[in-house]
Amino acid sequence: MVKNDVRTQESFGPEHEPEAEWMELNMGPHHPSTHGVLRVRLKLDGEIVRDADADIGYLHTGFEKSFEDKTYTQGITFSDRMDYLAPPINNVGFVGAVEKLIGVEVPPRAQAIRVIMMELARVASHELWLGTTGLDLGVYSGFFYAWRDRDLALDLNEAYSGVRMMTSFTRVGGVAWDLPDGWLEQLQRFIDVMPSRIDDFESMLTNNPIWRQRTEGVGVISGEDAIEAGVTGPVLRASGVNYDVRKAFPYCGYEQYDFEVPVGKNGDCYDRYRVRVAEMRQSLRILQQAVDSLPGGPWLTSDRKVALPPRSELSKSMEAVIHQFRLVSEGFKGPVGDVYAFVESPRGELGFYLVSDGTNKPYRMKVRPPSFCNLQSLRKLVEGVLVADVIAIMGSLDFILGDCDR
Amino acid sequence: MNRWSSALPDDALVQRIGDRFGAGLQESSDFRGDLSVVVKPEVVVDLARYLKAEEGFDYLLYATAVDWPARDPRFTVVWEVRSLAKQARIRIKTTTAMPDPHVPSLTSVWPAASWHERETWDLFGIKFDGHPDLRRILMPPNWEGFPLRKDYVSFGEPVIFSDQKLEGLEPDAIRG
Repeated sequence: MVKNDVRTQESFGPEHEPEAEWMELNMGPHHPSTHGVLRVRLKLDGEIVRDADADIGYLHTGFEKSFEDKTYTQGITFSDRMDYLAPPINNVGFVGAVEKLIGVEVPPRAQAIRVIMMELARVASHELWLGTTGLDLGVYSGFFYAWRDRDLALDLNEAYSGVRMMTSFTRVGGVAWDLPDGWLEQLQRFIDVMPSRIDDFESMLTNNPIWRQRTEGVGVISGEDAIEAGVTGPVLRASGVNYDVRKAFPYCGYEQYDFEVPVGKNGDCYDRYRVRVAEMRQSLRILQQAVDSLPGGPWLTSDRKVALPPRSELSKSMEAVIHQFRLVSEGFKGPVGDVYAFVESPRGELGFYLVSDGTNKPYRMKVRPPSFCNLQSLRKLVEGVLVADVIAIMGSLDFILGDCDR
Repeated sequence: MNRWSSALPDDALVQRIGDRFGAGLQESSDFRGDLSVVVKPEVVVDLARYLKAEEGFDYLLYATAVDWPARDPRFTVVWEVRSLAKQARIRIKTTTAMPDPHVPSLTSVWPAASWHERETWDLFGIKFDGHPDLRRILMPPNWEGFPLRKDYVSFGEPVIFSDQKLEGLEPDAIRG
């Protein structure tokens, strides 16, 4: 099997200047599997990629600037529109930064609901990745199975928040709503059916010779190189580095749940696939534990300075009306300072660096998008590979351009 | 418990940085468990080398800037790095002033800073000396202005009526 070590440069002879023969190929500006809009300029020596320059920014919408004009509560709706394939995780990351800044405690039930929503999003995102990356590499039927299974997770989103994708379900100090009646039963059906669906997928791909030829030994990056390149998430773990925010710096009570962090060995596209599939199984484990141990009690903090009072109080308490008015008209203020809070998104570490000048709006909100950091490594990954492998490598990085460009 | 992922505190680290860089270290703070140091631009690269080689901060998280128009120097440039082994995190800050804001690039220490510094140049107009490929990344190459500066208006486009001319029309005046 001929792989990445194909180097034809020697055959040109010593006096030949290879660069003069290189062709520049423009990939995009669309991604073949619609992960977003991306243009990659490839320098080709025959079929071999010598250099690549990713041209991003087509989906730049200035979210970081927009955050500065909105109160902390209003900003939640921006957060899920960045990485539109894992909105709940963005929601939690954003309010996590605000909660860290103002120092508010989140009730256990809200934390469990957040964990459930985040793990659902992780399963849905990995399902979509399986489908689209399979589509890139010719596994057309897999796309339909993946879409069917992802829809089950979106149905749960819809039943909980009324919206299939842009859930915006978090509030500073908790979540916006309690779980509706019958939702946990629906979630249980999801948890019960998914392992066999993942098995189906694995039986289609894991030992499929074509799939393995397209992914094994392609786009290899070592653990040290991955750290140097700033890569996180499944791409980093596939290279053998055991770093997962949920284990290393537990948030939302992840330390209560028993789960493993799947780690690869070779750091190639195949290992990234294996890591993601294994992560889906671990997510289902977390979901089952979260359902079994779901605590009761409030789902929003009782700190009236940051969270709206319940509607029933408004007709009885003048104080509640005042709090309601203050929160709706101007929101709450944060102390002066800067914090960095981060969560594990399906693509890696999603961080929010929040600078506050003491007003009710972020003075500066820098997002550390995992897609941006992972895409930066593309240049290193594609050097010396065949053009067809660029598609496999781009797919395996699982970047979302909305997340990358913000 | 809701830890929101604070780094493990390492009080001695600031002490060691202070001993080594003396007056280069201008300020340090520990806010909500986030350690940050403000240093002079001249020592940023040395500090970065020291942190990477001797303290094990191998992982660059991001680089960005904050615009404080009322302050002098106006811009604060921020890099945040982590040690995966020690699970510690430190934020390196330095400042730079108008009219030609520039700071040293840390790409020679952490190559992952490359795109982040390009983004900071793109959105704030801060030059990174020694960056190998400093050009716009998110905005189009022919874009004018630096969108994340505070004096860059985010809403309101200038509307030119038939009896008006474009010259002398301040965007601020239109926003009202």
